[in-house]
Amino acid sequence: MSERQYVIRRARILGGEPTDIAIADGVITAIGPDLPLGDATEVDATGLVALPGMVDLHTHLREPGREDAETVLTGTQAAARGGFTCVHAMANTDPVADTAGVVEQVWRLGREAGYCDVQPIGAVTVGLGGTQLAELGAMADSAADVRVFSDDGKCVSDAVLMRRALEYVKAFDGVVAQHAQEPRLTEGAQMNEGLVSGELGLTGWPAAAEEAIVARDCVLAAHVGSRLHVCHLSTRGSVEIVRWAKSKGWDVTAEVTPHHLLLTDDLVRGYDPIYKVNPPLRTADDVAAVREGLADGTIDIVATDHAPHPMEDKECEWSAAAFGMIGLETALSVVQHTMVDTGLLTWEQVAERLSAAPARISRVGGGHGRPLAVGEPAHVVLYDAEATRTIVPADTASLSRNTPYAGRELPGRVVATFLRGIPTVLDGQLQEVSS
Amino acid sequence: MKKHLLSAGDLTRDDAVRVLDTAAELLGVAQRPIKKLPTLRGRTVVNLFFEDSTRTRISFEAAAKRLSADVINFSAKGSSVSKGESLKDTALTLQAMGADAVVIRHHFSGAPHRLAAAGWTNGAVVNAGDGTHEHPTQALLDAFTMRSHLMADAAPEPGAPAGPSGGMGRDLAGKNITIVGDVLHSRVARSNALLLHTLGANVTLVAPPTLLPVGIDTWPVETSYSLDDSLEKADAVMMLRVQHERMNASYFPSAREYSRRYGLDTTRMNRLPDHAIVLHPGPMNRGMEITADVADSGRSVIVEQVTNGVAVRMAVLYLLVGGSTNDEGEA
Amino acid sequence: MATPDNVPDAAADPVRPTADPVRTVLDAGEISRALTRITHEILERNHGSAEVVLLGIPKRGVPLARRIARRMGEVEGREIRSGALDVTMYRDDLRLKPARALEHTETPDDVDDKIVVLVDDVLMSGRTIRAALDALGELGRPRAVQLAVLIDRGHRELPIRADFVGKNLPTALTEKVRVRLGESDDTEDAVAIVGPATGGAA
Repeated sequence: MSERQYVIRRARILGGEPTDIAIADGVITAIGPDLPLGDATEVDATGLVALPGMVDLHTHLREPGREDAETVLTGTQAAARGGFTCVHAMANTDPVADTAGVVEQVWRLGREAGYCDVQPIGAVTVGLGGTQLAELGAMADSAADVRVFSDDGKCVSDAVLMRRALEYVKAFDGVVAQHAQEPRLTEGAQMNEGLVSGELGLTGWPAAAEEAIVARDCVLAAHVGSRLHVCHLSTRGSVEIVRWAKSKGWDVTAEVTPHHLLLTDDLVRGYDPIYKVNPPLRTADDVAAVREGLADGTIDIVATDHAPHPMEDKECEWSAAAFGMIGLETALSVVQHTMVDTGLLTWEQVAERLSAAPARISRVGGGHGRPLAVGEPAHVVLYDAEATRTIVPADTASLSRNTPYAGRELPGRVVATFLRGIPTVLDGQLQEVSS
Repeated sequence: MKKHLLSAGDLTRDDAVRVLDTAAELLGVAQRPIKKLPTLRGRTVVNLFFEDSTRTRISFEAAAKRLSADVINFSAKGSSVSKGESLKDTALTLQAMGADAVVIRHHFSGAPHRLAAAGWTNGAVVNAGDGTHEHPTQALLDAFTMRSHLMADAAPEPGAPAGPSGGMGRDLAGKNITIVGDVLHSRVARSNALLLHTLGANVTLVAPPTLLPVGIDTWPVETSYSLDDSLEKADAVMMLRVQHERMNASYFPSAREYSRRYGLDTTRMNRLPDHAIVLHPGPMNRGMEITADVADSGRSVIVEQVTNGVAVRMAVLYLLVGGSTNDEGEA
Repeated sequence: MATPDNVPDAAADPVRPTADPVRTVLDAGEISRALTRITHEILERNHGSAEVVLLGIPKRGVPLARRIARRMGEVEGREIRSGALDVTMYRDDLRLKPARALEHTETPDDVDDKIVVLVDDVLMSGRTIRAALDALGELGRPRAVQLAVLIDRGHRELPIRADFVGKNLPTALTEKVRVRLGESDDTEDAVAIVGPATGGAA
């Protein structure tokens, strides 16, 4: 593999002063000015920010089961174009990833695709049914080495079952990632409950339905001394509860999606299901609160909740449409727009929240989430923060087109992504990758 | 007027008064030996009903036919829609048939907006009731009925022609309208709140707290939990239907308790001012939100609402598709 | 009435340059005399007023019908009421403009078996009268329909002619005939020709 040598010229690591980065055999071999080129391929990164390869803790790859919406190959290609080197595949596939067999299949498909490491997430309960624990230990012991368990899409609403899951995963240092949605309070819910839902006559989804579960789970996790991860937190109340739990020293982590950092429920007014998502878009006050929470570390990470859906599931009446948005290729731009350009986060903090922290939470191996330093695995993103682009739905590697940002101008563009020293994206284009 | 009628909020005060004035003139057509006008000859009006509503459909059908439009009734039951055809494909089919107006009734809130906004049809879209969102023509016929009773003595607006019904050219300025019942799930209440406010009336929504939507404090209305407190000043009281499926969903303890606290009976009716009228969008649950005595009393204008419905829908169809439907020609 | 025969209200049309010459062709006195003559002609033709129903076509036909009714009443020694017949819904040019507000239709009497005299201000293409005949047909079956107009300016597009004419006014198509009445326009009665006079017509 010695031909796999690159020298990246004048990259601004974490937004700092320009410097060169040398990569050989999948490892960062040198960092400094004017590195000798030797046999290596030169990559001009003048003006570009270098970040460690990003890690998404919340991705729906849809395979197996809904290969019309996304496959592991297309999903990881989209991830690579978004600057990710590792994605965590959610368990709500068909069949559900609730056995060692299914998680190993997803893990193997990811390795074959070669664009991005795929770390499967295991279901908490059999078939996401919410009644019986899945074989968590078997999934942990499998080749997929699962550490994150989630019924995402559904809430583990039974308090006893949630307690048992939190306790049980301690045996292998696992974490339960909860989709916090009290089911009775959200029966038939279509959008955030508030003045817009009242006006539009759509069944409301109260913030309390999320906050009640977040609060309960924090208390349960503290009680049994386990780790809890709160998926896609979306309300001011949830931020405050997690802040309180952290202040008590409890081992609680939380994520926010890019779309909850930017979009509000006002967008629902046209009834375009492109804005239909779970949890729903909230109010401007909630957006302000999750930005604050992400800035002060209450919210540990940004995770995309990339949720591809075929056209026909969105080109219909609001209430008939599927929940979800794609987001892998726009995540970093939205984070830049909402957090960096507003002065709330530095690039160093972006690297923490989109790479180091998610890798830490999931205990994922493969050198993900490591800093850009000599001797570290070469998972590198080169990002043009000065660029602007207008989002065109068709311009995606994903099989689906359900981006909520169509026609919107966003800052930044991923120029290159290196996975273990191999470029998956160069000049913004996907590269041929042989695994 | 805008191209479509999706929400009562689409109408300005002048638009709404124009619809009511036009309806007043058209009401006379129903009394003629020949109840037909040639105005929409050659135009096609599609009644696209995804939800059963015989009352609303025949009202729109009669309105379109009295204006000589070709009417195509498309009901979801037994059609390709029940076999899984999407709204989009249905709309494209109607577009291919050259629909000038699509009257849509749908169990999902916002379906008419989708139809109008997604570019699947060029026709004018008329919302004939969508989910728990709006029912603008119902609000118009309610306002028409109120105006003809409450504004009959008022001198017509200067310059307005003398009309067959009271209040030509007038709005409902200063009138107190009380709407009682399941506001949360009522498209009639939403459209009426918007339209009556536009027409200058003071609207009070009365319901148990469980049946008022979150955020109602931002609506241009008063709210009350007590029907008894809202009767004495009311010029009109509108009783909303309580759906059977609400009765077992803990919105209120029992039908009896609801009826006792929020039903309109003779005792309560007698506390209304002498000129006050009672409305109900139908179909009624006699004995639940309204007693039979009240429904059949002299103050009840419920049957008149149905008659007025045809005239109001004629007015809406005429104003939306009777003239040039392209934007040029606006002078 | 809002036919193409007429000039829109000058106030409602601020864009129109005021440069076009305005020539008054009938003043208030002449209009009054023309209406009186029409009244007598109607009475003479129909052997009195017993069978006659006067229906004005909005907008300016309505006050004209009312004036004729008043004169007729003076001659006949009893009160005679006129009515109004809105033709908007029967027009053949509906699709050329945005939907218009409706005018009021009101008949003083049953029209069945009566002699209906339609009254309008200006007769040009005849299309308004065609619409009026359709509208009338749905109110009942008159024994006969006659037409009275203040001005006949020619340029007919349909086989329609007036029975009673206040004044025949040959005009060019480039010209407009403007009728102003106290009741509808809040100004002194006048009929004027507006527009560039072509050489021949001058």
